[in-house]
Amino acid sequence: MSSVAHGEPLLEVVNLSKHFGAVRALNDLSMTVHAGEVVALAGDNGAGKTTLIKAISGVFKPSGGEIRLKGQPVTFATPQEARDKGIETIYQDLALADNLTIGANIFLGREPMTKRFGFLPVLDRKKMADAARKTMALLDFHVSRMDAPVSNFSGGQRQAVAIGRAVYWDAQILIMDEPTAALGVPEQRKVISLIHQLKAQGRGVIFISHNLQDIFAVSDRIVVLRRGVMAGERKIAETTHDEVVKLMIGG
Amino acid sequence: MTISDTNPPASTGQGGSPPHGAAAPTHHVAPQADHADRAKSFVQRVADLRAWLFLAALIIVFESWARLDFGGTFVLNGFNLQSIAIFAVAPLLLATGQTFVIISGGIDLSLGFIMGLAAVVASHAINALNPALGLPLAVLGGFVIAVAVAAIPGFVNGLLISRLKVPPFIGTLGMFGVARGVAFLLAGGTTVPVSNSVFATIGNGRFYSIPYIVIIAAVFVLIMHYLLSQTRFGQHNYAIGANVQAARRSGIDIKSHLLRLYILSAICAGVAGVLYAARFSAGAAQAGEPLLLDSVAAVVIGGASLFGGSGTILGTVAGALVIAVIQYGLVFVNVEPFWQFISVGVVIIISVLIDQAQRRFSGGRQDE
Ligand SMILES: Nc1ncnc2c1ncn2[C@@H]1O[C@H](COP(=O)(O)OP(=O)(O)O)[C@@H](O)[C@H]1O
Ligand SMILES: [Mg+2]
Repeated sequence: MSSVAHGEPLLEVVNLSKHFGAVRALNDLSMTVHAGEVVALAGDNGAGKTTLIKAISGVFKPSGGEIRLKGQPVTFATPQEARDKGIETIYQDLALADNLTIGANIFLGREPMTKRFGFLPVLDRKKMADAARKTMALLDFHVSRMDAPVSNFSGGQRQAVAIGRAVYWDAQILIMDEPTAALGVPEQRKVISLIHQLKAQGRGVIFISHNLQDIFAVSDRIVVLRRGVMAGERKIAETTHDEVVKLMIGG
Repeated sequence: MTISDTNPPASTGQGGSPPHGAAAPTHHVAPQADHADRAKSFVQRVADLRAWLFLAALIIVFESWARLDFGGTFVLNGFNLQSIAIFAVAPLLLATGQTFVIISGGIDLSLGFIMGLAAVVASHAINALNPALGLPLAVLGGFVIAVAVAAIPGFVNGLLISRLKVPPFIGTLGMFGVARGVAFLLAGGTTVPVSNSVFATIGNGRFYSIPYIVIIAAVFVLIMHYLLSQTRFGQHNYAIGANVQAARRSGIDIKSHLLRLYILSAICAGVAGVLYAARFSAGAAQAGEPLLLDSVAAVVIGGASLFGGSGTILGTVAGALVIAVIQYGLVFVNVEPFWQFISVGVVIIISVLIDQAQRRFSGGRQDE
């Protein structure tokens, strides 16, 4: 874990605020994510975690502050703009088309075409399946039948497909809102191992979690929010469950 | 919250080292999932083929019936096969458009009267073009005009559904009324006869005992099969039916897709209308009236789900043939025609029950 936090950060959030009328959901919050670094976002319900990642991913326009990517200030009018700049959010509902294969989901909206009989344009299913197999293998996810619809897979595997799509399209920063919340224990482990893979590939990861075991298992740093402000930031190697809980509930 | 203060600090170090976290779950998850995969895909395949199984069963029933009852044959009779194929043409064309719409999660109730509208327009147009263009070109011109006019209500359906967020059921119900009224007005409340021998030949002639309209319909349906199974348009149609949110987030232009979708289904009905006019040498506003529900039935029997996201053109072909065989077969074995309704109804219900059983069995998210 000592290899991280060198050099220029991938993502910098500087004094970011988001107000909903009188509600100050986020106030002057600053944080960074480096390449190959996993940052956990923790805090009680209503602390502003979701608001923060929605501001970063282009869903909300911030009321104030700045977002910088590799040092350059950026603004996103839509989530698509954030995605085009390499910030991919894995939504809780996963945004997969259940009836399509892994390959078709990875390529959804950007399907590769090939020619049959030399003239007839058809979907290049082989390319989709091959790319899917390779991408999923990068995530240590092995499945022999690439022609099955993703509804056949478990929750953790579907999570892997959503992550695989982001990886294939070369997302540099992956944001996950409670990726393990709806999963059983073995599946939670699978997702934790996926986050390890992303880190090993040099991507930046922000993930929201209530689960301290998960946070301590995979993060390099933890940012704790309380009522829209930074309650504390710790390196995981230098903190304890106890300290994090105290930061979350205040005191 | 699932915070545990009693968590031993040891787990921190252990989980934090990638080799443990990464390796352990992989070996457990993959083989299990693969095994389940195979069982599920077998059930899915059988369920996907159900319309063809129905069809085979029906043919066996009618064949046995014909032999036992009056020593005849049902299926080895060329005339019967031709009649069933001709019988199936119009419902199949409507059902082809309906398949696309139902897969997207919608429904098109206006198809029957769009078909009638096209039949009337084709008849008028061919009569009008005959003197100027000569018979063959008049047919071509009439075909193009009728299909283009049929596309207009489809375009309006698409606008209502994609831009104004009108639910498909309501939007196409409105267009059902409009197309019906316009078709009757254009027809002057009666049928419109066509006098064009080329058109009549297309409607009733045969190529080596295969009726021309069956060949035309088969080619058209094959193109639609290609469109649904091999193109981006088809792929996006499935995605929209399964998860419109996911499709939108993937950058698919939902509005333009829905617009093109309802134009496409209207064009299918337009082609059906022209073939109807060719067969009877007349256009009638009510030509497609009894066929709308048959089209939905064919799609459902063919394995599509009314919830959207699933269905194939080949399944729909089988579904349309099932209905045609029931209708023709019952007449052939001399049963009162009202039994048709009952039989088709029973097949629809069985189909939906199979669909739901399959859904329960293969829903990945329910068996976690
Ligand atoms: N769209 C919104 N409109 C108004 N208030 C909102 C909206 N989204 C969040 N909030 C408020 O902002 C605060 C932070 O919410 P949120 O970011 O969802 O917290 P968390 O994800 O940490 O539970 C809460 O008080 C919440 O009610
Ligand atoms: Mg939240």
